[in-house]
Amino acid sequence: MSTITAARISEAISELCLQAHWHLRRDVARCLKKALRRETNARARRLLQAIIDNAATAQRRKLAICQDTGLPAVFVELGQQARIRGDLNRAIQAGIRAGYTKGSFRHSIVKDPLLRGEPGVLPAVIHIDIVPGSRVKLTVLPKGFGCENKTQLKMFLPTASLQEIEAFIVDTVRAAGPDACPPYVIGVGLGGTAEAACLMAKKALLKDIAAPDKKLAGHLSALSGRLEKKIDALKIGPMGLGGRTTALAVRIEAGPTHIAGLPVAVSVSCHALRSATKTLV
Amino acid sequence: MKRITAPLQEKALRSLKAGDEVLLSGTIFTARDQAHKRLTQSLARRSKLPVALAGQVVYYCGPTGTPEHTVIGSCGPTTSRRMDAFTPALLAAGLKGMIGKGNRSPQTIAAIKKHKAVYFLAYAGCGALLAQFIRSALPVAYPDLGPEAIVRLQVRDLPLIVGIDCRGKSVYPVI
Repeated sequence: MSTITAARISEAISELCLQAHWHLRRDVARCLKKALRRETNARARRLLQAIIDNAATAQRRKLAICQDTGLPAVFVELGQQARIRGDLNRAIQAGIRAGYTKGSFRHSIVKDPLLRGEPGVLPAVIHIDIVPGSRVKLTVLPKGFGCENKTQLKMFLPTASLQEIEAFIVDTVRAAGPDACPPYVIGVGLGGTAEAACLMAKKALLKDIAAPDKKLAGHLSALSGRLEKKIDALKIGPMGLGGRTTALAVRIEAGPTHIAGLPVAVSVSCHALRSATKTLV
Repeated sequence: MKRITAPLQEKALRSLKAGDEVLLSGTIFTARDQAHKRLTQSLARRSKLPVALAGQVVYYCGPTGTPEHTVIGSCGPTTSRRMDAFTPALLAAGLKGMIGKGNRSPQTIAAIKKHKAVYFLAYAGCGALLAQFIRSALPVAYPDLGPEAIVRLQVRDLPLIVGIDCRGKSVYPVI
């Protein structure tokens, strides 16, 4: 049995915050370069180049890729044989505080949604899954709220057509329009309960967006391909000023659901999709 | 590319057309959601604003903290739509320019046209890059709002795109 101390967890979370905000994910960088290669509109090309240059500046100068350093979501895959010495939740929050302080990341979180108050960096939202084994996998996803505000959930009838579902997803992107920093990465959650669908949509953003999702069932893979084409056809483009690429990628997570329903959740990510992962043994 | 200065000269402002790419130098003020709420509340009470906005340009931006040896942290634009409810009142009070990202409401576009103002787009999601165009940053109001405080920025050749010009013409398709 492995023992992992709270201090190690805090340290790992702190490093993951810095990595996520300073170093653009490689798969996201690859998709941006691909979008630049296939872009023909001169302004869209300049804007894509600015996005790529921004990532390089962030890395070189140790500045956050985006000033909206998000309300971080922390995903924990906790091996059921792992033993944590200390308080896991507190260790994660302490790690967020340390990372955000070290990086001078933004104080974007208010304690009360109605009273608001002076913003701070805590707390992060933590999702814990118990998994087999003795490892602890930590992922920090600090998603900004410009795009988080564009999230949609719709509870479809079980008899809904695929066309209706596709239209809902495409309409979600159309409604986001130029506002949430396109080109977008779209996470789709299909099935489960209402809250499970939202969580699946967000987890879909953690998948590699540059490589084909080989674990995905054939019909879902075909769906993501069709959605990418339909979303690109919206021609929103970089900064909403037109161009060939509106979806850097669409990623799907699906799960069992009830005979009476078909929850569909859409999590929209801006082009600055940031996350970082580390596994502790 | 056209160079303009802030505060904006009327002639320069009128020459701007939706879609123009410009480089802005001079003084601008950050202001986002909570600062807009407070400013419009002050206007409604006819009390003095902490910053004289007549003729000025506001930037919808809440920067990160300032790392050591830098002027400012990452400082890209935030979504402008959230400011729409407050914008007509600020324009009526003399505000001449806004910098943000994304589209505006029909009411805001009408107010921009009525008051002969201009709305610029800054490179969205490029906060680290845009920090390189900021020469100084000085907090001037609402420090309790943290990143939403009003900060006076001196900018040099900040790259912008005219989103909505003073004739109410938008770079985006009509919504």
